[in-house]
Amino acid sequence: MFLSYFTEQPMSAYPADEGLKEGFTSVMFSNKHYDPVEGSRLFNERIEEYKLADQVGFDGIMVNEHHNAPFCMQARITVMSSILAAITENAKIVQLGNPLPTYDSPLMFAEEIAMIDMISKGRLISGIVRGAGQESVCLNANPAYNRERFNEAHDLLVKTMTDDGPFSWEGEHFQYRVVNPWARVLQKPHPRIWVPGVFSAETIRWAAQHRYPYISLNTPLHLTGELWEIYDQAARAVGYEPGPENRGYLLRVHVQEDGDKARENAREFMWMQGEFTGIGHPYWVSPSGYGSSARRLDYAKMANAEVRGSRAAPFEQQLAAREIVAGTPDEVIAELRVVLETCRPSILMLWGNDGGVNHDDSLRCIELMGTEVLPALRDIGDELGLHDPIELDTPVSLALTPPDELNPIQEAADERPEDTSDSRALKMFR
Amino acid sequence: MAEPRRYSVGAMQTVTTTVAGLGMREFTGGSGDPLVMLHHSFGNPGWMPIHEVLADHYTVHALDLPGYGGPEGSDQPDWARHPRDLALLVGQWLRAKELGPVELVGCGFGGWVAAELATMSPELLARLVLVGAAGLLPENGRIYDQFLVSHSNYVEAAFSSTETFEAIFHRNGDETEEHPLGDNTLVVWDMNREMTTRVGWKPYMYNRRLRPLLGGVAVPALVVWGDNDAVVPMECAHAYVEALPDARLEIVPDCGHAVDLEAPESLAAIITGVAAPSEGASQITGGED
Repeated sequence: MFLSYFTEQPMSAYPADEGLKEGFTSVMFSNKHYDPVEGSRLFNERIEEYKLADQVGFDGIMVNEHHNAPFCMQARITVMSSILAAITENAKIVQLGNPLPTYDSPLMFAEEIAMIDMISKGRLISGIVRGAGQESVCLNANPAYNRERFNEAHDLLVKTMTDDGPFSWEGEHFQYRVVNPWARVLQKPHPRIWVPGVFSAETIRWAAQHRYPYISLNTPLHLTGELWEIYDQAARAVGYEPGPENRGYLLRVHVQEDGDKARENAREFMWMQGEFTGIGHPYWVSPSGYGSSARRLDYAKMANAEVRGSRAAPFEQQLAAREIVAGTPDEVIAELRVVLETCRPSILMLWGNDGGVNHDDSLRCIELMGTEVLPALRDIGDELGLHDPIELDTPVSLALTPPDELNPIQEAADERPEDTSDSRALKMFR
Repeated sequence: MAEPRRYSVGAMQTVTTTVAGLGMREFTGGSGDPLVMLHHSFGNPGWMPIHEVLADHYTVHALDLPGYGGPEGSDQPDWARHPRDLALLVGQWLRAKELGPVELVGCGFGGWVAAELATMSPELLARLVLVGAAGLLPENGRIYDQFLVSHSNYVEAAFSSTETFEAIFHRNGDETEEHPLGDNTLVVWDMNREMTTRVGWKPYMYNRRLRPLLGGVAVPALVVWGDNDAVVPMECAHAYVEALPDARLEIVPDCGHAVDLEAPESLAAIITGVAAPSEGASQITGGED
C-alpha cells in the first residue's frame, strides 16, 4: 500500500463569523480577513508537521492548490512541493494536482516539475487536475475551454518530459516556437501521473483511458463501487485489466490516544459547514460551459437557486458512514479495515488534520499514524492484495505500456450514457 | 421546445440561413427597409414588442447571434474566440441574404458586435444604432460582470422594473411550472452564457482595439441609453458618441439597460422618428409607464 499524509492547510485563523455573515467563503470573500501574521505561523507549523510525517514512515505527502478561500492556504502547489523536496528525505511528493487549464503555460509546469523531481532525487508524483470552476474564476482562465486546455496541456507536458527538445508546439490553446527546457525530469520515462476527482464520470474515464490511477477524494464509501465500475470498463476497453493499483482514496482520519479527544478534534473537519472547498455559489463552482452539457438544466437550476444543493451530512452521520474516521489507533485501524475491504484502493491518503486542530494535536496525530496505524494498514493491505503501482512497477501510462501487453475490448466504455455523476459531484461541492 | 414567445398576432416567420456552414436563425416580419436587431448576451426572448412596433416601419430581422438562442437557435461556431468573429459571421449573413445596407440595431453585447461590424464593413450599414452597447472599457465605472452572479440576477439587473423582467421571463407563460423560471428559459440562458464565455470571458465586454477604429465608421449613428442602466455605465454612451464621426445620443428616462425590452415604444419612436402612440397594443403588462 502507498500511504500518504494530507492536510488542506486550512487558514483556520480567519473570522468565521464574517464568512457566515457574507454567506460564502470563496472567490469574493474579502482577503481583508486574511491575517498574514497568523498565515506565517500556520505555514511554519505545517512544515514541521510534514517533516514529522516524513520521519514516521508515510510513503507520501500529498499537496494541492486552491485560490481565494480560507479552506486551503496553498496558492501554488509548486511552492510547497519545492519546500518538501528540500526538507524531506523519503516521502514522495504527491501533487494532486497541478491545475493545468487555469494557467497559460504548460511549459512552466514542465520546468517546475523537472526541477522538483531533480531536487527531491526522483520523489515527485506529478498529479494533474482540471481545477473546479471557481479556480477558473479566480485565475481568470476561460471555463468553457477548461477540458480542452486540460487535454492539450497534458499532451504537451508529457511530450516535454519524454521527448528531446527543441520542438515546436502549435496547439489550439497553447503555442510555442521553441520547447526546450533546460530542466529534465529525473524519473524515467517520467514521474507518475495520478488524477484526483470527486466523481466526474468524464474524468474517471479519462484517467482510466490513460492508465493513470484515479484518486477518489472523500467520495462516500457506498459510491466507490460505482466509481470503479466506470473506471474498470474504460480500462478494459483500452486493453488492460485494472486493479487496486489503479485506485486511490482520500479519507478524513484523525487519531489520538484518547478516542473522545480524537472525535472532538475530528469535528474540525466540519469547520467550513462541512464543505471542504468552502461555501461558494454554483455559478462559481461550475460556470456555464465548464460542466457536461448533458447536465445543463440541473446546473442552471442550482445556479438560479431553484434547487438547493445538498449540504454536508451531520458529523455523527459522516462518522457512521466512515466518511470521517476518528478514534484511538485501534479504533481507526478497525474502521479503515472496512474502508479498505469495501473500496480496495492501493493508494490511501490520510487527511489527518483540518480546521482549528492545534499544532501539538496535529503532530501527535501524525506520530500515532506513523507508529501504530500505518504498520497495521500495510498488513491489511498485504492480506487484501492491495499492491500499489510503485510496488508493482506498473507502466506509468497507457502510452508507455508495451503494445503486446494490451488487449483492447471493442465494446467501448464511452457507450455508457451520461449519468448523474456530474450532478452528484456538484452536490458534493455544495 | 417551446414556440418563440410572441406578443402579437402580427405576421412573423422563423427563417434559418446557412453561413460558413452554420445555421443562423432569425425571427422576421414587417415590411419596408431592412432592420437587423442583435440581442443582449442573455439572448433574444422571442418576437417581442420592439420587433412588432418596428415591423410597422421596417422589415425586421431579429437574428440569433451564432451560438445563441438555445437548442433551436443559431449553431455554435466552435472556432469563434471573440465577438469580432461573430461580427464577421453577421457580415457574411447580411451578404448571403443581400440585405445591406441595413439599419443595424445592437443591444448590449449585440451592440458591441454591431460596432465591430460597423468598423469592418460600414458599407453594409445604412445606420448604426447602439442601445446600451458594450465594447468600450469605461474609465470610471465598471461593466456589470454576469460571470460573478446567477443568470437570473444578471438579466434582472438589465431592467429598472422588476415587474417588466418578471412579465417577460417568469413562468414562460405557463403557470403550472413549479418554478418561476421555466426549464426552457434556463437552458437557453445557460447556452447563451456559455457562448458569451467562449467569446467574451476576458477582457470582459470591451475591446481596446475597437475605439481607434470607430472614427472610420462613416455612417450615421444613434446611441440610445436607459438613464438607469446598471449594466453598462452611461460614460460608455458618451464615449461612443465622441468616437463615432456622426453620432447623437438619446437617453430614455426611467429605463434600465435593456431598453429594447423595457421601453420598446420609446426605443421604436427614437429609431423611426415617429412619436410613440399613447397606448401600444403590443405592450407588455407592467412594462413602460
